[in-house]
Amino acid sequence: MAAGLCPGRALLSRRGGALWALLGPARGLAAGPETHFGFQNVSEAERREKIYQVFENVAEKYDVMNDSMSLGIHRVWKDILVHKMNPSPGTLLVDVAGGTGDIAFRFLNYVRSVRERQLQQKLRHQQNLSWQEISKSYQEEKSNPLGDSQVVVCDINREMLKAGKQKAQHLGYSEGLSWVLGNAEELPFDDDKFDVYTIAFGIRNVTRIDLALQEAYRVLKPGGRFLCLEFSHVSNPLLSRLYDLYSFQVIPVLGEVIAGDWKSYQYLVESIRRFPPQEELKAMVEDAGFLRVDYQNLNSGIVAIHSGFKL
Amino acid sequence: MLRGVAVRVPLLRAVRGAPGKGTPRPRGRSSRGCRDSELCHRRSPQAEPGWAAPCPALRRRRRRKSGSSPLQKALLAAGSACVALWDPYRHDMVAVLGETTGCLALPKLRDRMRNDPEGYRILQERPRIRLSTLDMARLRGLPDGTLGREYVRFLEDNKVSPDTRMPAKFVDDEELAYVIQRYREVHDLMHTLLGMPTNMLGEVVVKWFEAVQTGLPMCVLGAAFGPIRLNARKLQVLATELVPWAVRSGRNASCVLNVYYEQRWEQSVESLREEIGIFPPPAVRV
Repeated sequence: MAAGLCPGRALLSRRGGALWALLGPARGLAAGPETHFGFQNVSEAERREKIYQVFENVAEKYDVMNDSMSLGIHRVWKDILVHKMNPSPGTLLVDVAGGTGDIAFRFLNYVRSVRERQLQQKLRHQQNLSWQEISKSYQEEKSNPLGDSQVVVCDINREMLKAGKQKAQHLGYSEGLSWVLGNAEELPFDDDKFDVYTIAFGIRNVTRIDLALQEAYRVLKPGGRFLCLEFSHVSNPLLSRLYDLYSFQVIPVLGEVIAGDWKSYQYLVESIRRFPPQEELKAMVEDAGFLRVDYQNLNSGIVAIHSGFKL
Repeated sequence: MLRGVAVRVPLLRAVRGAPGKGTPRPRGRSSRGCRDSELCHRRSPQAEPGWAAPCPALRRRRRRKSGSSPLQKALLAAGSACVALWDPYRHDMVAVLGETTGCLALPKLRDRMRNDPEGYRILQERPRIRLSTLDMARLRGLPDGTLGREYVRFLEDNKVSPDTRMPAKFVDDEELAYVIQRYREVHDLMHTLLGMPTNMLGEVVVKWFEAVQTGLPMCVLGAAFGPIRLNARKLQVLATELVPWAVRSGRNASCVLNVYYEQRWEQSVESLREEIGIFPPPAVRV
C-alpha cells in the first residue's frame, strides 16, 4: 500500500497502515470505489485520507516550496488569474482549496486598488467641491477601502488554514476576509451566494471532481463566474520531456532538501500526470451546467485557467 | 558461494525501472527472491521488521528499491551538502549527504566488516541499537566506567535518544544500507568512547575520527567544514590538541564498526579503548 512509496518508514503508512492491513477485505466494501493516488490505485476513502496527510505535512513550507519548485512563476500565474477575474468592488468571492490565501490576498489588493482609482476618478470629476466635501470623500475611502468586497477562503485542511491565517496576520490582511473549514465536494454555503468561485491548484486533489463542480454551480449566483487554475497537459513534445524530467528528477529532491519530505512531492508530480487534460476538464465543467466554458493555457499548457459562467 | 537464483533476476529487472519517466512502477513486492525464503528466513531478535537477515547459505545481496535515480542522487548530494552546511541542525540532510556520497566508501567499509570475525557476525545478525532493544534499566544499573553505564549517562546528559536516527532511504544495496545504519547508530557510542559531548566542537572531533576511520565523504566534509562555526578559542583547542589526537587514534584504532557493542556493555570504557586502539582523550574542556 503506502509502504510501496518508500522502502523505509513511510510517513504516510504509519498512521493508517496497520489499521488498513487489519481491515483487509472489508476495506474494499466500505471504502468506496477505486481511484488513484499519484500512480497508485487506492479506494476513495484512502485517497482522501492520504491527501489530507500530504497537506498536513507540507502546510508549513507550502509557500517556500511553491517558490522554489516553480522558481517564483506561480506568483505570475496567480496574478494572471486575478486579472482575468477583474473583480470590481462589491464582489463576493469564494476561494475553495484556498489554503494559504494566495488568491484571496491578491483579490483584496486588486479590489482595493480599483476602489482607490474609482474614488480618485470621482474626485477629479467634481472639481469645484468644498473642502468639507473633499474631506468627507477621504473618510469614505478610509472607512470602506474595499467597497464591500469580501472573500471567503474555504479549505478542507486545518493546517493549511492555520498557515493561511498566520500569513494574513503577518501581512496585515484582516478586513473582508474569512476562513472556513469545508469540503469542496460539499460546501457549507447556501445556494446562489457568490459572484466568483475560484479554485487554484486545488481541484487536482479533490476526489470527486464532478461533485466539486456541481457544488461550484450551486453556490454561485446567476451570472456568477467559475475560475479554475490548475496544472494541465503540455502538448509540445520537447517541452513535455523537459517538464517531465524536471518534475520527476528535481521536484522530489527539492521536497527532500527543503521540506524533508520526498513522498509528498512525488505525489504532487504524479497527481499532475493523472489529472484530466484541458479538453476533458472543459467537458466536465460544461457537464456541471456552466456555459461559455473556455480555457487559457499558460506556459504552453503547464498551467491552464478554465472559466465558465452560470447563466 | 551461490549467487542470485535465476528465478530472482527477472523480478529484479522488472522492479528496477527508471522512476523518472512517469511510468507507474510496480510496488509492494518484496525483492527477497530466495526460493526457500519461508524456510531459511532468519531474523535476529533485534532485527527490525522487514530487515530479515540474509540467508547465510546463499549469502547473496539483495538490491533495495530506493526509488531514486542517479541524477536524483547527485542533486540530493549537492542540495543536502548546501543545506547541511547552512544549517547543521538539519540532521536529515547530513544523513542524506552520507547516503548519497557513500557509494565508494561503503563497500570498502562492508568488506572490512566481512573480513573481521566480529564484524562478520554483526553483518549476519544485523543488530539494531534502539530504545526498544536496549535494556536501559539494566545498563543504568551497571557500575560506573562500564560502556553501558557511560553510554546511558551520555544519552541522558546530552538529552539524545538512539531512536532519532533516520533509516537509510537512498542506498540501493540492502547490506550497504545496513552498514550505514550501523554507522549512524554507533555514532553515539563513538561519543562515549571518545568522551566528546554533542556540542559543535565535540561533533567536529568525532567527525575527524570517523573520517579517518570510515573514509565516508560526509565525515570528511563535516570535519573540514564543521570548524567554520567555531570561535577562535575553540578552533585553537581543536587544531592544537583535539584533531591531532583524533587523527592519531583513528589511524591506530581497528575498525570501530567491527565491535559488537551490544555484547560488551559490561566491559569498561578504558579497556575497550585499549582493545580498539583509541588513545586516552586529552584533558581539555570541550
